[in-house]
Amino acid sequence: MADSAVPAADLLPPQFADWFAKRGWSPRAHQLAMIERAQALRDALLIAPTGGGKTLAGFLPSLIELAERPPANAPRGLHTLYISPLKALAVDVERNLNAPILQMGLPIVAESRTGDTGVSRRQRQRVKPPDILLTTPEQLALLCAWEGARLYFENLRCIVLDEIHTLHASKRGDLLALDIARIQQFAPDLRRVGLSATVDDPEVIKAWMSDHSKGGNASVDLVRGPPGAEPIVDVLLSEGRVPWAGHTAQHAMAEVYETIKTARIALVFVNTRFQAEFAFQELWRLNEDSLPIALHHGSLAAEQRRKVEAAMARGELRAVVCTSTLDLGIDWGDVDLVIQLASPKGASRMVQRIGRANHRLDEPSRAIFVPANRFEMLECQAAREAIAENRLDGDPPRVGALDVLAQHVMGCACSEPFDILKLYDEVRSSGPYRDLLWEDFEQVVDFVSTGGYALKNYDRFRRIVNGPDGLWRVRNLETAQRHRLNVGAIVSPAMLSVRIAMRGGPNGLARGGGRKVGEIEEGMVEMLEPGETFVFAGQVWRLMGVTNLDVLVQPAPASDPKMPSWGGSKFALSTYLALRVRQLMTDQAHWQVLPSDVREWLEAQRDRSLIPGADEMLLETFPRGRRHFMVVYPFEGRLAHTTLAMLLTRRLERLGAGPLGFVCNDYAMAIWALNPLDEVDFAELFDQDMLGDDLESWLADSFMMKRAFKGCAIIAGLIERRFPGDQQKSGRQITFSTDLIYDVLRRHQPDHLLLRCARDDAATGLIDVARLGAMLARIKGRIRHSPLDHLSPFSVPILLEIGKERSPGHAGEAMILREAEEDLIAEALQ
Amino acid sequence: MNVPSQTATFSYAFQASICGGLRTRVAGADALLRLSGALWLEAERALVVADLHLEKGSAYAARGQMLPPYDTRETLGRLNQEVEVLSPSVVVLLGDTFHDRRSEGRLAPDDVERLRKVGLGRTLVWVVGNHDADGPRALPGEVADELELCGLTLRHEPQPGTQPGEVAGHLHPAARVRAAGGSVRRRCFITDAERAILPAFGAYAGGLNVRDKAFSGLFARSPLAAALGRERVHAVGWRSLAGD
Repeated sequence: MADSAVPAADLLPPQFADWFAKRGWSPRAHQLAMIERAQALRDALLIAPTGGGKTLAGFLPSLIELAERPPANAPRGLHTLYISPLKALAVDVERNLNAPILQMGLPIVAESRTGDTGVSRRQRQRVKPPDILLTTPEQLALLCAWEGARLYFENLRCIVLDEIHTLHASKRGDLLALDIARIQQFAPDLRRVGLSATVDDPEVIKAWMSDHSKGGNASVDLVRGPPGAEPIVDVLLSEGRVPWAGHTAQHAMAEVYETIKTARIALVFVNTRFQAEFAFQELWRLNEDSLPIALHHGSLAAEQRRKVEAAMARGELRAVVCTSTLDLGIDWGDVDLVIQLASPKGASRMVQRIGRANHRLDEPSRAIFVPANRFEMLECQAAREAIAENRLDGDPPRVGALDVLAQHVMGCACSEPFDILKLYDEVRSSGPYRDLLWEDFEQVVDFVSTGGYALKNYDRFRRIVNGPDGLWRVRNLETAQRHRLNVGAIVSPAMLSVRIAMRGGPNGLARGGGRKVGEIEEGMVEMLEPGETFVFAGQVWRLMGVTNLDVLVQPAPASDPKMPSWGGSKFALSTYLALRVRQLMTDQAHWQVLPSDVREWLEAQRDRSLIPGADEMLLETFPRGRRHFMVVYPFEGRLAHTTLAMLLTRRLERLGAGPLGFVCNDYAMAIWALNPLDEVDFAELFDQDMLGDDLESWLADSFMMKRAFKGCAIIAGLIERRFPGDQQKSGRQITFSTDLIYDVLRRHQPDHLLLRCARDDAATGLIDVARLGAMLARIKGRIRHSPLDHLSPFSVPILLEIGKERSPGHAGEAMILREAEEDLIAEALQ
Repeated sequence: MNVPSQTATFSYAFQASICGGLRTRVAGADALLRLSGALWLEAERALVVADLHLEKGSAYAARGQMLPPYDTRETLGRLNQEVEVLSPSVVVLLGDTFHDRRSEGRLAPDDVERLRKVGLGRTLVWVVGNHDADGPRALPGEVADELELCGLTLRHEPQPGTQPGEVAGHLHPAARVRAAGGSVRRRCFITDAERAILPAFGAYAGGLNVRDKAFSGLFARSPLAAALGRERVHAVGWRSLAGD
């Protein structure tokens, strides 16, 4: 498939062949295949690992076409549109693309356009578009909502969609797919080109990117790049020191530091911002050689991140501790080692991260996994083996969200009047909405117009109106303008600016905010009291106070900062990796890959309780203190476990077991109760029917529904994030809460479109109902009950989490925990 | 908060009521803080509610934000429930009853009916506020800038400084209470036993955190919040209250 039947000479114009030759390169087979697909006027999806010249392969056909076209007298409009999931990547690709353009002296203008692009440049790009525009899905949505979008895109020949695998299964992916369908109407000859890292099922991506009015998946040709050298992946065994619980991998920091010394540049990936801060602190504590080690995560101020990136590109750094902010294929230098602190959670994400080491295909990438606890040791081994076997986990295909569709419909009306039937067909030509029902589409249009309420009070306030010509158009210019201010499908949690407090207020109090250090999620600050210290941006700060949107801090001495508690990864273990972990656990011959202390732990579990089969779920019951515990090990991730625990608690309540509390992590869930649990009918307790009424009645009242509703209300345009001259009452802000709207709407119109959207979002993103449903089906008839006199070795990690959640970091917490930990371990091994 | 050094004359008295409300005294007058956010003055059988902000939804809709159009019926439904349970002789609407000057004209016919029902067979007083300075145009009831009742002064906007005997609205007080498991934000009454400020009664009326500077200087000592919970009103001390 990848190999081209046409000789290179016929595909590459001399100018391009010379350029390759001059650099001592020869065009790769997949690059030629992409040119060939373009000449055949076919849509194409290129799947290749990082470092395979993937981006160039995407652009070569456009460069050739542009280089060979005859000179024109009038401006010709946009030829190629490139969409990247990250602003930084668009800017980076602009630089990389302009290198061959300049070196070959091609008459081609390639420019990026992101939210950070200056106003004058953006205005010029609208009037006089470049040949190639590099931008993000949000900017594309904005361009599509402008008047004159049709004219702007009518000469477009090619759209290049980079890093599709990170986009397609999200609301941003929904929005992008709709906009592609839109511009395809403006430019019927438009060709779609997708670029993706290796995925388990390319058909899912094909279905997302293809034109379903023209044959769907069959209209996209698959081109595969070379597989690249096998990565070398090791798991740090930390023989004899693997902790029972925890997420920081503190025990291994010295080894991590020593490993960093052996590399040119190491990327140290962690799963959360707080883990990043922690690891950064620990590494600097050990950094006797003063190696240049930097920190990079999404909460840091943009300038600070750019500085780190630039230093990396110049080769001035030896290590960067980072979160998923450095996941994507930005080429910033000579990284030759990837260290994954704490568990990777999924094989595909890990392959992507490993690909960051050595952007050269012929050399293997080197990676080291550092498990933070014993279950993670199993998980890291399973991930290492999955990667070696080239087995990946994938995102399931998704159905386009209706809140995103509402935003898109409004955008269409802002750009030009639309015919509702034609728009329906256009929307259904996009992958995520190919099965959209007419009733749903009608409801969305009604929502966009008047809010979609049963009570028709708002007919005179319509946002879009159906004219005498039968076309729908935006009510007035102001409405269109306000919509454009609010375009996009990213709803981030409320972020507060962290600023250095300036002294000089009354009574020596902080007067106000000075220099901005970065941004922090609202929820994180809620865990802190003024006067407490925390680590942020690699330094220790004291919280002075919180004003409207500013967190005021002052530098604090570095000794013993209070770190807000955080619970491991925000990613759930992938279903595939969870299966591999269960298999590894069951197969005793396999245990030899594990360090001796973890092996002994498994053996103790086998002897004192039991090790379940790979398709079974272990359920333990035991008394402890004056409580009765039930611990299960479904390995389905914290989200699904939390939902399960909520539902089980309700059921146990009804059975009179007197449940008192629960705790969950990625591997297990523990519930404790007043009364013994051994006699409970577990098959009935875990019956799938809990996903019926129990789920709905719990969900309707849960904060997760409210959070999901807020997100949907913002995306659908019910609530505007940005409003010109927003009202403020004498300088003080009145919180206008979407919770109030949710409560009222739920009582008066429970079947409203946005409540449906919120329920779907909550069920997938926030509580993982699908995962839970599959799990309940899997374990039906396969629950292995192990009644015990006291706790088991497996249960120690989850029971240790109880202490953590109860006393989130007051003075002496570490001591209390350590004590508790020793007690528990001694008890388990009695 | 800056607390004036002036000594407080009245002392705190709180007692849970079986209705879920909280019995207290404001400047010596017996008052019941209802779970609904209404104030009940038993001596005069007076029901006081503040900041209904009727037709706030349609005010936003007129500007293009299509909030659910059910806020007015929700608010009036709750008010009618209180009226049915308590059978007051006087109902006092403590200002900002309408969200804006044109709200009255946007009322749906059945909501007009609901409002009439509130005043049926009893005295209905519209204390006017900043959002509805003229009072109603066509609806029944008396219009007043302020009202003396049970030795208390009922007005919309709290006057600056300590004001023994004042009952007001306007500020939409809300309390954030922090506990080990996280924090909860609720509408609340706030009182120092000298004066009381009522929570907003309207379904869409937001809340302003009582630690906001808008509340400073109003109380003779650290006030107590009476937060509207799910099943009852909770008295919360100043030190347990957090900012947003």
